[in-house]
Amino acid sequence: MSLVNIHEVHKYYGDLHVLKGINLNIKAGEVISIIGRSGSGKSTLLRCMNGLEKYQKGGITVDGKEVTTEEIQVRILARSVGMIFQSFNLFPHLTVGENIMLAPTIVLKKSKQEAQETAKAMLDKVGLADKFDSFPEKLSGGQQQRVAIARALAMNPKVLLCDEITSALDPELVGDVLKVLEQLAKEGMTLVLVTHEMNFARDVGDRVVFMHQGKVWEEGPAKEVFANPQTDELKNFVNSVL
Amino acid sequence: MIEFSNYDIIRNLLIATQWTVLLSLAAFAGGISVALCLTAARLTKNPALAGLIKLYVEVFQGTPLLMQMFLCFFGLSLVGLNISAWNAAVLSLTLFTSAFLVEIWRGCIDTLPKGQWEASRCLGLSFLQTLRYVVLPQAFKVALAPSIGFSVQVVKGTALASVIGFVELTKAGTMLNNATFEPFKVFAFVALIYFALCYPLSLTSKILEKKFNVSR
Repeated sequence: MSLVNIHEVHKYYGDLHVLKGINLNIKAGEVISIIGRSGSGKSTLLRCMNGLEKYQKGGITVDGKEVTTEEIQVRILARSVGMIFQSFNLFPHLTVGENIMLAPTIVLKKSKQEAQETAKAMLDKVGLADKFDSFPEKLSGGQQQRVAIARALAMNPKVLLCDEITSALDPELVGDVLKVLEQLAKEGMTLVLVTHEMNFARDVGDRVVFMHQGKVWEEGPAKEVFANPQTDELKNFVNSVL
Repeated sequence: MIEFSNYDIIRNLLIATQWTVLLSLAAFAGGISVALCLTAARLTKNPALAGLIKLYVEVFQGTPLLMQMFLCFFGLSLVGLNISAWNAAVLSLTLFTSAFLVEIWRGCIDTLPKGQWEASRCLGLSFLQTLRYVVLPQAFKVALAPSIGFSVQVVKGTALASVIGFVELTKAGTMLNNATFEPFKVFAFVALIYFALCYPLSLTSKILEKKFNVSR
């Protein structure tokens, strides 16, 4: 039984057909990279997987729960699915520690002390144990993104969705964030990444999904897909980015 | 004929000023309460509610406050509701204030990045929890300066209550002028008192604006 089950998903923005029948199964512990040109629907697919976007046909289940955009369903899903954004989306009025503790205390109803212990452990994991009392604006982009990862991890998710999480970072800060992801992958976290980091996709990812024109154009084991692309579209894409 | 010394004029004006302050406070408190309800209603994204609120804002921003006060005072008594000048003034100023505040706050809430809502949603926060813990604390900071700035308009707006016979600062000034025939002196005092009420407010607003801009 796969952790994420996507079956014949179609999505329209008005007349625009963005996802044209997506099928994808993701097993627990897999690291999946979704690659493709902008406009291929990869971010939209990711956002459909936790109820941020509606889809019109087909079905998605995560951890056995149906994914819809209803608030109640999204709140149930949030216990299994974590998401990290390109723009970090930390809460600027709260300290790093408070950012991480907010959802565990009010959603999971953890005690303040328990939430604080979790928060410190997660910050330690992303290498920012000393930033507990800092405000996000005092941190670099790479540090902010690592706090966002810690915040998502504090909810103890089964799968982490990463939406181009290194795209807004200065090149020298990308490595720190990728290192954290690599560590998570080693620990067995299920990761679904929409990414432009092809080296990371090839070296750390288990499987690569190449999306083109709203379809899964090609997929397979990461190293194979890059070494031996089957379609012209993927060949062109790989040549243009590597 | 009674002689009015400067002391008498100022003393009487200051007594009436209490009513101006009270009316301003009542209008601002009423306006905040109504605007809070309207803001919450607007955030539910119900299109019918949003349309009604838009109409409300357009009507009260697009007509003179004096007309609104006339309608509250004379209009309501025409349909059998006997309303005192104080109540009519508070009611119309409340409606007026809320229509502006709800627009100011809309802007403040809309400037928050969409990502704040999305991140909260992904963390499992409900709509109300998102409002309470994420959106309102941030919007409050942004809204404070323009809201206090707008309160100056409310204070000055209370002067119109003089027209429906409510004795506040402006009305007292008119009455004293009728008794003393010294319009320049009387109304200069009136203006000075309004300035003394309004200047600290606009100063506070400016200081807050600077303070929150720097911290961003």
